[in-house]
Amino acid sequence: MTGYDAPKSIYGPVTDWVTDFDHGDPQYNRHAHAIWAELRDKCPVAHSERYGGTWLPVTHELVREIAYDTENFTSRAVVVSTEIPLDPAPIGGAPPITSDPPFHHEARRVVLPPFSPKKIAEWEPEIRRLCNELLDEMEAEAKIGLTVDAAIQYAQHIPVNVIARMLGFPLEDQDLFREFVHDLLENINLDPQDRISAFERIDAYVKAQIDDHIANPRDDLAGYLLDVELFGEKIPHELVGGFILLLLVAGIDTTWSAIGSSLWHLATHADDRRRLASDPSLMPTAIEEFLRAYAPVTMARLVAKDHDFHGCPMKKDEWVLLPFPAANLDPAEFPDADRVLIDRAENRHSAFGLGIHRCLGSNLARLELRVAVEEFIKRFPDFELAHGEEGVVWSVGQIRGPRALPVRIA
Amino acid sequence: MRIHVDAQKCQGHNRCYALAPELFDVDDYGQAVVIGDGNVPPELVERARLAVANCPEFAITLSE
Ligand code: HEM
Ligand code: SF4
Repeated sequence: MTGYDAPKSIYGPVTDWVTDFDHGDPQYNRHAHAIWAELRDKCPVAHSERYGGTWLPVTHELVREIAYDTENFTSRAVVVSTEIPLDPAPIGGAPPITSDPPFHHEARRVVLPPFSPKKIAEWEPEIRRLCNELLDEMEAEAKIGLTVDAAIQYAQHIPVNVIARMLGFPLEDQDLFREFVHDLLENINLDPQDRISAFERIDAYVKAQIDDHIANPRDDLAGYLLDVELFGEKIPHELVGGFILLLLVAGIDTTWSAIGSSLWHLATHADDRRRLASDPSLMPTAIEEFLRAYAPVTMARLVAKDHDFHGCPMKKDEWVLLPFPAANLDPAEFPDADRVLIDRAENRHSAFGLGIHRCLGSNLARLELRVAVEEFIKRFPDFELAHGEEGVVWSVGQIRGPRALPVRIA
Repeated sequence: MRIHVDAQKCQGHNRCYALAPELFDVDDYGQAVVIGDGNVPPELVERARLAVANCPEFAITLSE
């Protein structure tokens, strides 16, 4: 697993980022900051015909307004692709992320307790141990003069390992989980039939894991979901599968991207790297600033009914991207928005979303990100890109982060 | 000074709890609650201000 294939689009390359944008084009994430800045000046809500019609608002105010408006925008589908899932509102296929009020509130309450800050804090020693295990291998390679990859050998393993342990899934299936995530979140503009097959493969895997948990009950997150009650009754197994699908997919490339982007920043900004390595008390503000400036997650909604949105004629079942990363870079909301200030004390960023769908895993994601960056710079206080920006491969689609990040350890 | 969390607006980002655990606690559902009667001692006013300025949902207010 060293290579990385950019998916093949049924639409072809983008010709104009204002009228024909496509976040599934491999150029989008590499140049995202420039694209959003251009749109913010020219056209704060862009429209593209791709995917059956897609809107892209880029200011903090508009992103926030849509995130709070669950009447006009449904979460029934949250990944823009050539295939709109059939699962109806308000439950959707993977609650609570695909759910709307009032069902959403109840579904979310079921999964909040295992992700509370105090429960998640118990994972810190385990995450630190895992990071050091990965760093040992990298250090051994660096010592004999090899280039190491901070995304492929480090960032991508951390969240997969943790969620597999939490759910009680086989650790040897970690490569498979990364394939699932790639199929669902990056292969978005393939032939719709290919997407349906990808979903079927994942559903079959999750179903087999549920069967195994029923045959061999154990005390893990999957076992918890099979036991817990929703509306006073145990959750039907098919719906448990939806919850599990979400938990399996939501935390992987999101957190891996956040860790990778933070390390990319430190590899390319020697001043910040030295400051952070010599003054760990800056870590809390630095982590929040990396989350603001390199927020990895753009969500999506479907337009619930025809309506006019600030002069834009939105049609039912068109897609609306919710780029929290663009909102975080809006100069109307953040002073010096385009500068990364690792001691920024006032930072009302929305990397984990806004409103009722606030990232359920935010406490876990923050813990993984902080520990991963802490351990990396403790071990390697000095590192830089090994092959310049050319060597960095950015992801495709709604989750933005480096998928290859070759670094030279000094 | 008194600190207040609007339970309707709070979505459990837990920024306040991370920045000022002397002033805020969180329940099992990630919802923030003010510790005690919400009175902020002078030495914690600065941290209370930081919590206000970092809450993504504008759920915290600080008043005289
Ligand atoms: C840095 C890493 C992460 C980022 C930036 C992130 C971001 C987000 C965002 C923006 C949302 C809002 C979705 C919406 O508005 O529709 C969300 C929802 C969610 N995230 Fe994360 N996430 C991260 C890591 C994780 C992890 C580690 C997990 C846990 C396994 C997780 C589980 C979830 C779940 C279950 C939801 C749905 C919550 C709901 O709909 O009520 N995320 N995430
Ligand atoms: S920071 Fe705001 S939204 Fe988050 S827990 Fe505190 S009050 Fe609630």
